[in-house]
Amino acid sequence: MKPSTAYSQYHPKWYRTRVSTLWWSRKWSYLKFMLRELSSVFVASYIVILLLQLHALGGGPEAYLEFQQWLKDPLLVILNGIGFLFVLFHAVTWFNLTPKAMAVRLRGKRLPDVLVAAPNYAAWLAVSALIVFLLMRQG
Amino acid sequence: MANRSNEPLLWALFSGGGVAAAFLIPVLLFLYGLAFPLGWLQPPDYERTLGLVQHPLTRLVLFMLCFLSLFHWAHRFRFTLYDGLQIKHLNPVINLFCYGGAVTGTVAAAYLLWTLP
Repeated sequence: MKPSTAYSQYHPKWYRTRVSTLWWSRKWSYLKFMLRELSSVFVASYIVILLLQLHALGGGPEAYLEFQQWLKDPLLVILNGIGFLFVLFHAVTWFNLTPKAMAVRLRGKRLPDVLVAAPNYAAWLAVSALIVFLLMRQG
Repeated sequence: MANRSNEPLLWALFSGGGVAAAFLIPVLLFLYGLAFPLGWLQPPDYERTLGLVQHPLTRLVLFMLCFLSLFHWAHRFRFTLYDGLQIKHLNPVINLFCYGGAVTGTVAAAYLLWTLP
């Protein structure tokens, strides 16, 4: 007889403890994991702002001025402030993952995690400085 | 629903988007979300911004940023709902919302960057 893969009333079930929906709220490390995952929402919300900015740029100077005024909405500033903390959290956790994903060895010895993550931070600083320079340069 | 063979591609997009978002979004969000609206720094005007964005390299970077970051969001948010809320039975709807949203945003980014004056 072919074993049935479907559940039946008499099918022995595995023992599994039920996990509460709020399992991630019980421990700081779990909560941190959840917050890190939630940073993606603010990544997406920034992209929406960027798309609106591109739309406004295509619409001409007046549309762009309106977009800049819209950014000053206090509610949006607060949301963007929270979003900034979240994307910062994303960046730091992402850069710190590099030594975990990639074990760099030098003369048979594993390089300390700090040294593997450090180039990420240096590059991050350089890219951020370049963007500020490009946007703030006069004339 | 995404079948098994799609997973490596989705994971690659997730991690590519993680890198792009980590490098570019903090500084951009700080400037456009806080520093410019609150008057800490003087934002570049329309002409200068348009000039910067019109450069082919900027267009390419912005397109990749939108494309990868949106798929990063889609993948991560899908599992946030899956793990955090345990709503497995809604998987088809969630996948449609996440990946459908990412595709829509990517197409919008391509269109907007392409049609920029």
